[in-house]
Amino acid sequence: MISGGGTTADVSSSHPSPPADASTDLAVRVVGMRKTYGDVVAVEHLSLEVRAGEFFTLLGPSGSGKTTTLRVIAGFELPDSGHVELHGVEVTRSPPYERPVNTVFQDYALFPHMSVLENVAYGLRVKGVGKRERSQRAGEALAMVRLPGVEGRRPIQLSGGQRQRVALARAIVNRPRVLLLDEPLGALDLKLREEMQFELKAIQRELSERITFIYVTHDQDEALTMSDRIAVFSNGRIEQIGTPGEIYERPVNEFVAGFVGTSNILVRDGKRYLVRPERIRMLAAGEAGDSRTVGGVVREVAYLGGVTRYTVALEEDETLTVLRQNLETSAASVLEERGREVRLTWREQDASLLDTNQEEEAN
Amino acid sequence: MDRSHGIGPDGAAIVASPSASRTARIRASAVLFRRPWLRAVLLLSAPGAWFVAIYLAALVLLFVSALWSVDAFTGKLVHHWTFANFEQLFKVPAYRTIALRTIGIAAAVTLTDAVLALPFAFFAVRVAPKRLQSLLFIAVLIPLWSSYLVRVYVWRLILSKDGVLNWALEHIGLGALNIGYSNWAIWIVFSYIWLPFMILPIWSAFERLPDSYIEASADLGARGWQTFRTVVFPLVLPGIAAGSIFTFALTLGDFITPTLVGGAGSDFIGNVVFQNVGVANNVPFAAAFAVVPLVVMGIYLLGARRLGAFEAL
Repeated sequence: MISGGGTTADVSSSHPSPPADASTDLAVRVVGMRKTYGDVVAVEHLSLEVRAGEFFTLLGPSGSGKTTTLRVIAGFELPDSGHVELHGVEVTRSPPYERPVNTVFQDYALFPHMSVLENVAYGLRVKGVGKRERSQRAGEALAMVRLPGVEGRRPIQLSGGQRQRVALARAIVNRPRVLLLDEPLGALDLKLREEMQFELKAIQRELSERITFIYVTHDQDEALTMSDRIAVFSNGRIEQIGTPGEIYERPVNEFVAGFVGTSNILVRDGKRYLVRPERIRMLAAGEAGDSRTVGGVVREVAYLGGVTRYTVALEEDETLTVLRQNLETSAASVLEERGREVRLTWREQDASLLDTNQEEEAN
Repeated sequence: MDRSHGIGPDGAAIVASPSASRTARIRASAVLFRRPWLRAVLLLSAPGAWFVAIYLAALVLLFVSALWSVDAFTGKLVHHWTFANFEQLFKVPAYRTIALRTIGIAAAVTLTDAVLALPFAFFAVRVAPKRLQSLLFIAVLIPLWSSYLVRVYVWRLILSKDGVLNWALEHIGLGALNIGYSNWAIWIVFSYIWLPFMILPIWSAFERLPDSYIEASADLGARGWQTFRTVVFPLVLPGIAAGSIFTFALTLGDFITPTLVGGAGSDFIGNVVFQNVGVANNVPFAAAFAVVPLVVMGIYLLGARRLGAFEAL
């Protein structure tokens, strides 16, 4: 077992430890924030710190408070208590137009009565930037999102992916200190979404000297792909803050383990352990296993093309999901494995101990 | 009954005729299914005939009779084409004044209602909590359920010399404001009566405006006034144009309110038309004057279409 229980528990507490490098400038600091809508508590005791230049993701299921947190940072919502700082300046009560922050909205919110150029230049126009300069800067922003040549069109004449790029250009043209993105890829199809993830990350790297990205999503793959750090939300609280690797490999509790990736929970000696499906090997007959070996029967086989997913019922009345790359197997051969007895094995360090605090609190 | 198999209980008793009529029905519906235009023709022929006979024929008759005249001695219609009625309209200053008064007050009423309805609808849709919003909606609609005449008479009482308005003004020491039986009174009463017709289209225009547009504008640095000017107003303008069609057209064609709350010199086009049809028995001249608001409205609708009013309806 890894001995990470103690340290991960610290990260999960409501006051995350300050960044390792104390000289690092903080872009956003939220302290003890609470926000309710009528009787519904959207966010409670929420504190987080985002470092300058970081790609920071708020990840969680719908209703977990991530969008509320984003809207409080943007200035669209006033928190009931707690405060918000942007680059050391208290902004909790400032209106959105006084914050050095821009937002990419989930529905893009492009103004339908303006051309693409007018949309992108809007922020510069209301700040009184001259016509020539704003056209030039808007053109640069459109080039940056790889969408030149559509300046004269109306948003309605663009595809979903193009609108998404316009919304991004409209935000970054203002050179905000912090860019907020509220599930910006949610409305796109899978292929386009993956392409945009890649491009967004590239744009962020290019701009990371100046702009900090805060990204809201419910898609764990998206969060793992793009983020420097992730905050996992559940029921208005942050469960864990960490790098994608920390979140995936050392989740602090069952919620994080289950939300980010597929969780295989095993109970041994009253303690709960997590083993990721891709860390488990299926042994060939007579093959020697690693430190942990269990027997079971294959219940389900799902052929996913590149990999096959097995659901194995163990002798101890537990179920494990196992992922195996289709290196030498074919669709026909893996499907035949249903109902077979198998032996599973994994290395000791691949089973991580889960924090049991939650269950104790519940009891 | 199972039509496709044709083994209903009645099918056994009478063999030939019902199955034949059933076959004919099926065939007819198949013909209609394959020819949507034929379906449309059959559906629309009755209302279409009604529309042509009643509406278009009446309109044509109006234009035609405007070109007739009345014999001064016998009082009978003279069916000779003449532009004399229109000449009279343009030459006699009184008629010009009346036409300009009608159009001017219709425009003033439209502008007033737009100015009143815009903040009201904004508040109702975007600021008021849900409960208050429904109350306001009912408040807008309730006057439409009461009689037009009653509402105009109430205003007559309010605006008259010893009415509520003067009483209240004198009480607070401002002195009486005698605007009863004047163009001012007509303007106020029309603005009140047609206000719901302006509020409702603007209301729905605000409902179609997503919150995120306003948030995006603020996010991009625009203050409240800038957001209103550059985002909100252009997007509700079609609603204003749609409402103005109602307020403008309804004022243009009315003759009851000018009769009841207007003074001696407050005639509208409608009043002249009314007098010429009834008292003076000069239907051709009435028809000629009635063409004026039609032309004005035609021009107005062309303008409103350019503002997107018809997409907003």
